Amino acid sequence: MNLTLKIWRQKGPNDKGQMVDYKVTDISEHMSFLEMIDVLNEQLVEKDKEPVAFDHDCREGICGMCSMYINGEAHGPDRGITTCQLHMRSFKNGDTITIEPFRAASFPVIKDLVVDRMAFERIQQAGGFISVNTSGNTQDANAIPISKHAADQAMDAATCIGCGACVATCKNSSAMLFVAAKVSQYALLPQGQVEATDRVLNMVKQMDDEGFGNCTNTAACEVECPKGISLENIARMNREFLKASL
Amino acid sequence: MVKLDSKVPKGKLADKWTDYKNHIDLVNPANKRNIDIIVIGTGLAGGAAAATLAELGYNVKAFCYQDSPRRAHSIAAQGGINAAKNYMGDGDSDYRLFYDTVKGGDYRSREANVYRLAEVSGNIIDQCVAQGVPFARDYGGLLDNRSFGGVLVSRTFYAKGQTGQQLLLGAYSAMNRQIARGKITMYNRHEMLDVVKIDGKARGIIARNLLTGKIERHSAHAVVIASGGYGNVYFLSTNAMGSNTTAAWKIHKKGAYFANPCYTQIHPTCIPRSGDYQSKLTLMSESLRNDGRIWVPKHKEDVTAIREGKLKPTQITEENRDYYLERRYPAFGNLVPRDVASRAAKERCDAGFGVNKTGEAVYLDFKSAIQRYGKEQALLHGNQSPSKEEILKLGEAIIEAKYGNLFQMYEKIVAENPYKTPMMIYPATHYTMGGVWVDYNLMTTVPGLYCIGEANFSDHGANRLGASALMQGLADGYFVLPYTIGDYLSDDIRTGEIATDTIEFEEAEKEVKERLEFFINNKGTHSVDYFHKKLGSVMWSKVGMARNEKHLKEAIAEIKEIREDFWKNVKVTGSLNEFNQELEKAGRVADFLELGELFALDALHRNESCGGHFREESVEKEGPQKGEALRNDKDYTYVAAWEYKGEPSDAVLHKEQLEFKDIELKTRSYK
Repeated sequence: MNLTLKIWRQKGPNDKGQMVDYKVTDISEHMSFLEMIDVLNEQLVEKDKEPVAFDHDCREGICGMCSMYINGEAHGPDRGITTCQLHMRSFKNGDTITIEPFRAASFPVIKDLVVDRMAFERIQQAGGFISVNTSGNTQDANAIPISKHAADQAMDAATCIGCGACVATCKNSSAMLFVAAKVSQYALLPQGQVEATDRVLNMVKQMDDEGFGNCTNTAACEVECPKGISLENIARMNREFLKASL
Repeated sequence: MVKLDSKVPKGKLADKWTDYKNHIDLVNPANKRNIDIIVIGTGLAGGAAAATLAELGYNVKAFCYQDSPRRAHSIAAQGGINAAKNYMGDGDSDYRLFYDTVKGGDYRSREANVYRLAEVSGNIIDQCVAQGVPFARDYGGLLDNRSFGGVLVSRTFYAKGQTGQQLLLGAYSAMNRQIARGKITMYNRHEMLDVVKIDGKARGIIARNLLTGKIERHSAHAVVIASGGYGNVYFLSTNAMGSNTTAAWKIHKKGAYFANPCYTQIHPTCIPRSGDYQSKLTLMSESLRNDGRIWVPKHKEDVTAIREGKLKPTQITEENRDYYLERRYPAFGNLVPRDVASRAAKERCDAGFGVNKTGEAVYLDFKSAIQRYGKEQALLHGNQSPSKEEILKLGEAIIEAKYGNLFQMYEKIVAENPYKTPMMIYPATHYTMGGVWVDYNLMTTVPGLYCIGEANFSDHGANRLGASALMQGLADGYFVLPYTIGDYLSDDIRTGEIATDTIEFEEAEKEVKERLEFFINNKGTHSVDYFHKKLGSVMWSKVGMARNEKHLKEAIAEIKEIREDFWKNVKVTGSLNEFNQELEKAGRVADFLELGELFALDALHRNESCGGHFREESVEKEGPQKGEALRNDKDYTYVAAWEYKGEPSDAVLHKEQLEFKDIELKTRSYK
């Protein structure tokens, strides 16, 4: 298929960006979206032009590195996937595709489609851990039984890949789903109880300090989340936060 | 010349590690504050090491090329992690895990290292559970286990099909705690481009800030390389796009020996290639072989009909299917080790039975498992005579609970529903057992320079068993290196901070800068990927799943040609002092072009078949094992450690003889 791409080009963090049009031809429906961008970049290099910078690494939907806002949706039109798992069969010959970086004040653009997600790092550093040293004589892993239900729910929350689609897609640029996923994982496990109060207060404070917006229960984040992290986690975090604040 | 000394402690195998720990020198907590350690890479090995060393009180500087340590490629490991907990009561023990690992590695690993690995495996699970890693549990609330290829017990702990992700996030959380305390300084989006040696010891690195292009000097009392494997030498592999050999190769050029580069794991269950544009391959976890049965049609006319789209795999009846693994290896069936399963798939496809258009695919079928689980579930639900539809529904629900994310991944890539039609799979490069040579302390041949995780060579011999990579990465990082490095650093308590304004740093920095400037100024004719793809194609066709002298010699000559062409004609756009992904790739591919040649040279010199290294000249000529790999213990029971001497082909071979005192060398049979 032949496509027109409208891509956000921005030289550096302090430069002014603009949308630029490109044409790509003979794109196979079996290609992944990023392989289609590879084809474009190969063309650009061939013509001594600078290729489009974009973040990507594992290309199997788990590292959380790839981003991109495609036709107005984080990770593009398909559901439950990252951009690297989006395939060209989701598009048709003659389509015009608009590709922008994730947009949020707390995710400044570095170059073209690459954004800075260090705010997420700082939130995790504020409390996204259980304080246990490595010793070799931690108690036996089976010493505390954990109900299968709680363990499964904790696992569902823990599958967050930290890509930032929830923030990019939220009209308030809220990071609640991201923070709630971590808070929930530990809130559901006995090991997480000891530090539960400090954790939720510190992580929420850091989230606010980073300038992320508030949650107004639109649930767009849940729809766009490549890992299907449930909105229930936000409710759980709110409960944890309330409990900790009393 | 450095003499290879494995430094394996004396004494009984089971007592070595305990005795060692009891007698090494320690650094007192006050002195640890004055010691800096650099860790390159933040996967399971690097992340675990960085966190643990910081907990102990050292000042850690950790580096990763991604925007966060959480994105290291350990994240993509799916199936699980082995540990000799014997929670299932099926007779497992440290010795059995040790035995399986040595046997699985085809008797080409170092006995003492492997035993230590088995010994600390249980601690890993304890540690991860304490960190909040949500492993799968049974209804009683205890940890669940599953079975993996090449073993007869269930010792694999898992978190759905995302075990690597959960373990890495555990190590990442431990790192975050130390970053918050200021004990780890984290350098995201940085790439190490050389190691700096002072008086023969590793004392720092030169790194490039990938965002600004700035070249930085960082000093430390010891440097730890945890940069992963070199599978991307094949261009197409299951590794991440950025996975590279640069850190490992740079230290090799500065004196660290490189061991067994030809030991590569070709994983049997990956999604087949679909076209020339392909940028990477996707693994389908080996855990699928617990429930999936692998087959191709028995008759060529069915193969042709399938390729032409006239016949569907579900229309082929049982008697017309060739479940070739069950046929050839009745004892292990679909759970033979990875190298055996991969070669068997290649054998069928080479014989013309491949089931997709490229002729390189076999089926992985879940129909039997869905039926089996469906019937079992119906009974559990009190339904004595379930209908076909009920069985299917219940069975599919179990498969979904076990492998849901993998099935979804497959469906997104291939656009076929694997619950209804068999998956198509084909082998792909997945893991490299070879790597930087290290002694029992995990130290390379350069004092103060360590190498851990996939980047080193030590534990998996010629073939790695499933669910053992995560075990080794975490064992090295959490439980081995933090001890062994202390023994070395105890001599450094009076050294003080290492200055970076010395001639050694200056020279290393100059060399790095000159190379980067060369790339930008070369203005050649072809992109970096053009050369990488050419290298990959030679590697896959001539140094791939089956190797022979003729092809290996050709490969060595061809790789040399590609390398010369690269240095003449490579084109890198953009400039030095900016975020420049083409420039990053150029440096990595330049190193792959050297490593690839050493890889082929090592494969050529090892004229035996062992593990992932299969030489067509070395097969059983007769008997029940006819055509199977033939190992040559008399001539090749050693580690091949290569010393850099300029051109890759000038490398000098050093041998570490392997001794097996606690295990008998046998022919690996899975029949």
